[in-house]
Amino acid sequence: MRLSRDEIAHVALLSRLKLTEEEMAQFTGQLNAILDHFAALTEADTGDIDATTHVVPMTNVMRADVQRPSFAPDDALANAPERAGDQFKVPRVVE
Amino acid sequence: MTHLYALTAHAAHALLARKEISARELLDAVYARIDAVDGAVHSYVLLMREAAYAAADAVDARLAAGEAIGPLDGIPLALKDILCTTGVRTTCCSRILENFIPPYDAAVVERLRAAGVIPVGKTNMDEFAMGSSTENSAFGPSHNPWDLARVPGGSSGGSASAMGADEALIAIGTDTGGSIRQPAAYCGVVGLKPTYGRVSRYGLIAFASSLDQIGPITKDVRDAALVMNAIAGPDPRDSTCLPEPAPDCTALLGRDITGMRVGVPRELFSQEGVTVAPGVEAAVRAAIALLERLGAVVEECSLPHARFSLPTYYIIAPAEASSNLARYDGVEFGYRAPGARDTVTMMTDTRDQGFGAEVKRRIMLGTYALSSGFYDAFYLKASQVRTLIRRDFEQAFETFDVLVSPTAPTVAFPLGAKVDDPIQMYLNDICTIPINMAGIPAISVPCGDDRGLPVGLHLMAAHWQEPKLLQVAHAYEQAAGWTRKAVEEAGRVTIAG
Repeated sequence: MRLSRDEIAHVALLSRLKLTEEEMAQFTGQLNAILDHFAALTEADTGDIDATTHVVPMTNVMRADVQRPSFAPDDALANAPERAGDQFKVPRVVE
Repeated sequence: MTHLYALTAHAAHALLARKEISARELLDAVYARIDAVDGAVHSYVLLMREAAYAAADAVDARLAAGEAIGPLDGIPLALKDILCTTGVRTTCCSRILENFIPPYDAAVVERLRAAGVIPVGKTNMDEFAMGSSTENSAFGPSHNPWDLARVPGGSSGGSASAMGADEALIAIGTDTGGSIRQPAAYCGVVGLKPTYGRVSRYGLIAFASSLDQIGPITKDVRDAALVMNAIAGPDPRDSTCLPEPAPDCTALLGRDITGMRVGVPRELFSQEGVTVAPGVEAAVRAAIALLERLGAVVEECSLPHARFSLPTYYIIAPAEASSNLARYDGVEFGYRAPGARDTVTMMTDTRDQGFGAEVKRRIMLGTYALSSGFYDAFYLKASQVRTLIRRDFEQAFETFDVLVSPTAPTVAFPLGAKVDDPIQMYLNDICTIPINMAGIPAISVPCGDDRGLPVGLHLMAAHWQEPKLLQVAHAYEQAAGWTRKAVEEAGRVTIAG
């Protein structure tokens, strides 16, 4: 499996990453080398083996539905790059 | 007398409890040591002097009032900068979080503070814990205290170099594929990755959520057990944290290991594309022979699917990372690139300027592995292979109490040696990654040297068996006598201070 430059550019877009020409060239080589390494997995006979998502023998952890205190707006907004009143401010989304 | 900064936590506790030293004196010694050596080692990215002295004075006040103190009261801690600290910058050594000030403490930090532990600073690491050398830190690498031209390992390199250079008494690291154990091995100290689910991840900045686990890096095995007692146990804020109470990790220390069954998995000594260095193998084989002389029954065994661990890891971890790191978009916290007129450009510019090359590489890999049309071939396949790897270990632990291998195939490598070759860097984790796949606990303890650089002995146990794992590690450590003091006397530590 070889990733083309166009495919790398597409994955970069999905990842919300902007790559320079230099990074594009470097990543194309490196990602393909890593993917070649992944090819070894085809040798593993997985048939109908269940997937492991995590190893703790637990599912559906529940807690009582009780009201708890949360952060005050000023604490929650303290790290905001830009703020307007009690809201996070971002550039216009809809034209 | 040994310098106060060079003490283990349990030795310092004895002095504090007898009022032979104060918590303030201990802290003074640690900060003086940091001032003397950290310019060369660069273990820390931030120091917390004011809060540390306030905490030390509180311990001294309790001592003066005649109160009994706990085993970690007044003990100075080096904390990896991936754990949230209230009001104190937490950066993950990334530009994107350079000015992030969390409004809360991580569960582990909360518990350590409650135990009287004093965080002295935040330690350097590979950005978002992605790396094996600290060379991916946005704030420059840390240096190996044994040879400043070499890496301390990673990603918890700053915590390990802080232990190796005596810049705190205990340290905390995190381990997703070996990030506690490999730097501990490189810096000649002890590092324990607990069972997945043993320690709450609340307040830990996520890399790969199904693999990440927090654990101690310390100067000896007893200290690792004491730190575990403080940090392990249930936490409703982390739904993957085991609800049952954690056992006393010191309970089995000092017990005889006669009859203990020790397995030696051949795949962790030799695999296609990786050679364990002869000096490393010799040190580890000598350690195994010592375990045998202590009464353990040693036998070779096999983990047939271990050879798939590396590709499995490099699909699963980046897939989880690409999803976890989607939150760094410049909206709610962290860096935002200036000047963008629309949100997509703002997010793309923010991530472009905020992330380093390795983080971008892994986000790309993970996004690709999860993308439409490739999910089955990569992520699903890897998750199935993960089951096979886990079963290999479960089967081995039907026969053996512990398994043993080198922690890393080589000793610490020179700075810059692998930065341009990601696969060579990844191969360094070949012995540690299978453990995260299986979720079991494992520890690295010093087992001698290869031409003057420390070698780590890697011991593994079944899920939730930390006390037994620590028992064997402790028995080895006590019999081998590979203490830092012995090493210093041999004149190998290069840092004066």
